[in-house]
Amino acid sequence: MSNAVSIYIIFLVVGSIIFYTALFLGMRTTSHHDDGKTDINDMTSFDGITETNHPLPGWWLWIMGISIVFGIGYLALYPGLGKIKGALGWVSYDDYNANTVKENKMYDPIYNAFAKESIDDLSVNFKSLKIGKSLFMNNCALCHGLDAKGGNGFPNLTNNKWLYGGTPKEIKTSITNGRRGKMPGYSPVIKDDADVESTALYVLSLSGKNEQSSLTDKGKIKFNTICSACHGMNAKGNKFLGAPDLTDPQWIYGSSLNNIKDTIKNGRNGVMPAHKSVLTKEQIHILTAYIYSLNKS
Amino acid sequence: MNHEILEKNIGLMGVCILIVVSIGGLVEIVPLFFQPDLHKPLKGLTPITALELEGRDIYIREGCHVCHTQMVRPLYAETKRYGAYSVVGEHVYERPFLWGSKRTGPDLARVGGRYSDDWHRIHLQNPRLVVPASKMPSYPWLGKTLLNEMSPMKKMKVLKTLGVPYTDNDIENAFKVVKGKTEEDAMVAYLQQLGLAYKRSK
Repeated sequence: MSNAVSIYIIFLVVGSIIFYTALFLGMRTTSHHDDGKTDINDMTSFDGITETNHPLPGWWLWIMGISIVFGIGYLALYPGLGKIKGALGWVSYDDYNANTVKENKMYDPIYNAFAKESIDDLSVNFKSLKIGKSLFMNNCALCHGLDAKGGNGFPNLTNNKWLYGGTPKEIKTSITNGRRGKMPGYSPVIKDDADVESTALYVLSLSGKNEQSSLTDKGKIKFNTICSACHGMNAKGNKFLGAPDLTDPQWIYGSSLNNIKDTIKNGRNGVMPAHKSVLTKEQIHILTAYIYSLNKS
Repeated sequence: MNHEILEKNIGLMGVCILIVVSIGGLVEIVPLFFQPDLHKPLKGLTPITALELEGRDIYIREGCHVCHTQMVRPLYAETKRYGAYSVVGEHVYERPFLWGSKRTGPDLARVGGRYSDDWHRIHLQNPRLVVPASKMPSYPWLGKTLLNEMSPMKKMKVLKTLGVPYTDNDIENAFKVVKGKTEEDAMVAYLQQLGLAYKRSK
């Protein structure tokens, strides 16, 4: 802030305090007559109608007086007069930093104690699970659901089925760095809709949702030449690519024929956002244990 | 002062009214013009793209700023929930800024990258599909409405005259960026960049 701006602000602030003090003193001395007559100086009359000046009520006036005194006190202690910092030298970010230190002192020991324990131990630790659950509710439930059972496009985290692996380490990596689905759309490769349909029918037959027929045999050829690169010849998936197992009854994007045709044609690119900048390492540790615990029972 | 003098001289009263109503602006607004620190962009801040700009205008049109703020205050609990508190340098290219003043929904200043694009699309079409207790309205028409290709070019030209550093190349290619895109695409692009400039500057 330049000196000119500072002087300008000081002039305005001090000027208004002086103005309101003068107004306050002026109003305070206005006389009040209980008999209905008023001070002759404050009276204007026209056509027999008299305008009188009724004084302000005392309580109202005194609130104004107290506010002026409060304002002067505030400006003496806190910044308000241009560059003048005030007696306390208060700055909002100092206040924030001091608060952060105070709060961290309170929470750090709790988190640090849990951070030393293994995920296995924490996944049966009632206290840690309670913290894990509230972390889950605040950060994960928006996509994976309040019950962690997922939704259309968002994986179920309770069924022991994992796109990217379900060991504590793998869960932790998923939370920390996020995951990016990489299934491309195959409409430029499988151009014929009949071929898409036969491939989809074959995919359905893998989990017993559709009976094998001559159509699925046709689909199988397409599957083995194209899809098996990621999903594997046995269609059991590949956790290093995040390719799901197609032989189980779990479906992230729906299990109808149309859903699967859509997936084959347009691909799926589900994104799990990285949480390393949102949660601390200790919080991720506790959260991992909570998610891990959901699959143990 | 005697009332009579004021009340019988309308010109004088007009001048007095003008002085009284301008005090607020003189105190709150005028000093800001002369503080260069408040106009300095954050390190590495770039103006938002044509698509994001369209998204921003849809955000304003649909009144998102009425329920969502875009300013994290320097309070411990708030930064725990949303991320680092907002700094003035993030907002220097925004005209007008969308800090808002009421939080019916959560603050969005740091929402970029918190959820996937797919999540945003589902959430805009019907928030209840992903957040069962949400009371946010649905915006199903966004995905069905195409953007006007010529619209961002004009806006960017105006913003450039106001000091936002768009290059001629940005402005000339603006129509290509939004071509064939829906309002939903623009909205998601806008939401996904909120707060990223701050992260990049760290």
